[in-house]
Amino acid sequence: MGKCTFKGGVHPYDGKELSKDVPIKELFPEGDMVYPLSQHIGAPAVPVVAKGDRVLAGQLIAEAGGFISANIHSSVSGTVKAIEPRTLATGGKCNSIIIENDGQYEEVEYVPKKLEELSRDEIRERVKAAGVVGMGGAGFPTNVKLTPKNPESIDYIIVNGAECEPYLTSDYRRMLEESDKIVQGLKVALSLFDHAHGIIGIEDNKPEAIAVMQKAVENESNMEVKVLKTKYPQGGERSLIYATTGRSINSSMLPADAGCIVHNIDTIFSIYMAVIEGKPLTKRIVTVTGDGVKNPGNFYVWLGMSYRQLLEAAGGVVGEPEKYISGGPMMGFAMYSLDVPVVKGSSSLLVMKEDIVSKVETSACIRCGRCGEGCPSHLLPAKLAGFAARNNEAGFLKFDGMECVECGSCSFVCPAKRPLTQQIKSMRRTIMANRRKK
Amino acid sequence: MSDLFNVSTNPHVRSKDTTQTIMRDVLIALAPASIFGIYNFGIDALIRIVVGIAACMAFEALYQYLMHQKVTVMDLSAAVTGLLIALNVPPTLNVGFEIVGCAFAIIIVKQLFGGIGQNFMNPALAARCFLLIAFTGPMTKFVYDGVSGATPLAILKPGGEAEGTVKLIDMFIGTTSGVIGETSVVCLLIGAIYLLARKVISFRIPVSYIATFAVLIFLFAPGHAFDVTYTAQQICGGGLILGAFFMATDYVTSPITPNGKIVFGVILGLLTFIFRMFGGSAEGVSYAIIFSNLLVPLIEMVTVPKSFGKKKPVKEAAK
Repeated sequence: MGKCTFKGGVHPYDGKELSKDVPIKELFPEGDMVYPLSQHIGAPAVPVVAKGDRVLAGQLIAEAGGFISANIHSSVSGTVKAIEPRTLATGGKCNSIIIENDGQYEEVEYVPKKLEELSRDEIRERVKAAGVVGMGGAGFPTNVKLTPKNPESIDYIIVNGAECEPYLTSDYRRMLEESDKIVQGLKVALSLFDHAHGIIGIEDNKPEAIAVMQKAVENESNMEVKVLKTKYPQGGERSLIYATTGRSINSSMLPADAGCIVHNIDTIFSIYMAVIEGKPLTKRIVTVTGDGVKNPGNFYVWLGMSYRQLLEAAGGVVGEPEKYISGGPMMGFAMYSLDVPVVKGSSSLLVMKEDIVSKVETSACIRCGRCGEGCPSHLLPAKLAGFAARNNEAGFLKFDGMECVECGSCSFVCPAKRPLTQQIKSMRRTIMANRRKK
Repeated sequence: MSDLFNVSTNPHVRSKDTTQTIMRDVLIALAPASIFGIYNFGIDALIRIVVGIAACMAFEALYQYLMHQKVTVMDLSAAVTGLLIALNVPPTLNVGFEIVGCAFAIIIVKQLFGGIGQNFMNPALAARCFLLIAFTGPMTKFVYDGVSGATPLAILKPGGEAEGTVKLIDMFIGTTSGVIGETSVVCLLIGAIYLLARKVISFRIPVSYIATFAVLIFLFAPGHAFDVTYTAQQICGGGLILGAFFMATDYVTSPITPNGKIVFGVILGLLTFIFRMFGGSAEGVSYAIIFSNLLVPLIEMVTVPKSFGKKKPVKEAAK
């Protein structure tokens, strides 16, 4: 069987052996829980509780603030202590609901349903009510994704099991430990469309996951596992769609324009939890890993818990690590503080002994073209960075700079260690800001 | 302050390759041809190689020191230039002339235009052409096994005066006269395979270059059209293999666009054919490459790659 792939990409050290064989461990939170009102793309959620209110685990505490927005639920029972701005892993501040955890875990009553009992609208409504968003990081509200303009044009629902980001193993563990629920979740998503086919894409460096998932879909007529070549960014939405279906989209298109919907493994799992078990999204799997962590592992975490506690659960640090990253090393955010909450899009806490980036020396571009070879969008990052440095918007647009997905491959491969991704990113931000002004 | 951690934008890891490791790979790849040159031409070749590398590194360090710039000789790019200059001169060339060539390459062609990454012409080839013009006699005097004689390429030159016989097998192994590093096709190919395997260079330029040249020679060589042996001799003779794999592929002076590399190779093949068949001298590779270096910005302008997904969607959304 030929392996699915795309043109471009790079091969960073994957670091997955640190945590891939550590089973998921449930972690009980302590202290105050923090629920930022923006854990998703779109309008912030609007609080429906006030200071002093007692809430139960699973209770709605903030509701969607618009069509593209998402509900937020408390993951613990306790008392609302405050609604105030708190720092996020991304470095910014966001208005957040703070709940004092009473340690009782008293839950609201969930209403499980069978898939056959539900109409399509009811399924979408349950996904929406549960506050499910894309859990790969971007946080796009899932019910919006499941409600495309032309539902009959959807041919494929692609489950992203690539986990191409180095070090991350949360999706991998989920596939090994809960393959049946992933299949159930995919079944729910497929039931919304007349002729959609389910594809689970997994990179070939995870043979165990491939075997488990293949077994799980054995008796499903409209699902298959596709083996992907191990390469970063294989799990990028555009790369994944191309690798599994041969269809290609650009920055101005949605996957639905190519008849595809792409979901992360954990998102599909959350769809199952929301629709069948009736449970809102209040937990997720987080990988705590890196050479700066004593006991790397995968944890089933209550949203709102602080990264500091997460790190303690993994045995704390080794020596004095120089860098703490939320997410993977290629696209994650470096954090200046650990006192930030785990949110719906938090896939990992990566602790690195050494901050390589601060030590490399940048030298002149020798035009080797490796950045272009590695670019999944087939751009010429060296040229784009040059335009960005001179603030040449026309040149930047002519060379399709807005098609950049900011995956970081160009900076990674650059032998002159030039900060290409950074330059291109900031130029893109400038252009987007100017467009909004108009 | 100490309780805040380092932050930076993504990505947070970097590959191990650096400019230095790339240049080191090029030096390794040139080693077989250099060693064969020393075997073929003796101590004279060794002296030229040592002098070339030392002079180029010294000139670069000196210039950067005097100009209060950061000294970057340890990126080894000057060493590559020095080695290539040495491999491109006859083993009998006056060492003083060679040093002048090194100064021209490093100071005039490279540093005055902004140093590494900014030169518009391959420094080693510019130096070779400079030496050819300035010291034509010593640069074209070839002695082999103690006797003066024409290079295989001069013998093959249409309408040329040089006489002698050329054996293809000698040309392939390299036991012929010529400049230090160009004679052994097999040693150059070993180095080329190393560069390709290490992904330092791609197939695009060398293959399109050699293929274009071979097709043109096979079809249109005056007096030798459809002559397979003659075509093979032209490919193995002179600086074609050295130029195609090690000098036309110079990052700075070749197009960065994938399709541009192919266009560049085709132009090189065409120019080399014209220069070798109809030009004044037997050799044409150096001039073809430095001339094409000047076309690089134009080639890049017309070969901007198409970004991913730029075409019409494969499937039109149903109305």
